[in-house]
Amino acid sequence: MIRVLLILLGFQLAGETLSRGLGIAVPGPVLGLAGLFAAFLLIPRLAGYMQDTVQGLLGHLSLLFVPAGVGVVANVDILAEHGVGLIVALVVSTVLAILAGVGAFLLVAKMTGGLEDG
Amino acid sequence: MDDALALWSYLARDPLLWLSLTLAAYITAEWISTLCRRHPLANPVMIAVILLALVLQVTGTRYQTYFEGAQFVHFMLGPATVGLALPLYQNLSRVRRAALPMLAALLSGSLVAMLSALGLGWVFGLRDSVLLSLVPKSATAPVALGVSEAVGGIPTLTAAMVILTGIIGAVVATPLLNALGVRDWRARGFAVGVAAHGIGTAHAFRVNPTAGAFSGIGMGLNAILTAILAPLVVGLLF
Repeated sequence: MIRVLLILLGFQLAGETLSRGLGIAVPGPVLGLAGLFAAFLLIPRLAGYMQDTVQGLLGHLSLLFVPAGVGVVANVDILAEHGVGLIVALVVSTVLAILAGVGAFLLVAKMTGGLEDG
Repeated sequence: MDDALALWSYLARDPLLWLSLTLAAYITAEWISTLCRRHPLANPVMIAVILLALVLQVTGTRYQTYFEGAQFVHFMLGPATVGLALPLYQNLSRVRRAALPMLAALLSGSLVAMLSALGLGWVFGLRDSVLLSLVPKSATAPVALGVSEAVGGIPTLTAAMVILTGIIGAVVATPLLNALGVRDWRARGFAVGVAAHGIGTAHAFRVNPTAGAFSGIGMGLNAILTAILAPLVVGLLF
């Protein structure tokens, strides 16, 4: 588990270094994700080795957003200042974005003959 | 009584207390969510946040004090994001086959998220820096903050919008897509990842492993696309 954690941190660190060092707008962890993915392609055995720990971590992904969420409530006055309109805009825009994504995915999947049902 | 107060004033400043309470709130939220048969409205992030916000309110604790303990949990977001490479790799052959649908969903989901937020915000009377803060709200937080600053938004306001967008996405996705009869888990997951980043992805993993894997990819790709597209969109419109 500690070794797997070190591998994850190592790729994050490499990602942060690349992101800051080269001034790329993509965040370090996302670059680290790409790096680890490349490592899996080179060393397939690595995926099996990391599986249990990573699945344990991803199984509780919700927990990791709780501190930031509490921050929103703590700063709720910034949002409240701009009224209900702001919240309505967020809700409707999020629904529209999900619909646009699903619609485009299914349309192109149908055209290319690759639908997966259920 | 004085002893109890002294103990409290010691503990309340100690990261241990707030770290423990964060985990306890999450476990309680999971329990409530299970009691509600994992109904999407009983989203565990939302419940845990409400519980902790109540505790902070009642005890008069500042967020900065709370975060000194909670930061250990928050920190794990980085390694967990790196770990999303695993489901991506494990679903590689399906991801390859879905390359074109994913590209289409990424472009349309990302653009609709930005443009609809600008349009709706404008209709509701938001202007200038507040309106611009909305543009990157579907991207993962570190990207969204950078983009917000770059296009003339207010990063702290964007941070709140990003978290709210994630919670909204996690709450509405399942009822919305069930009502529409969408059964392709790849499409469902990917669209939620694009629209509602990591919180949407956390929800997708709870619903279906395929949805979770594709949601993680959607989140990662939209982080990159938002960083590129948002300045262009704002440049064209303003």
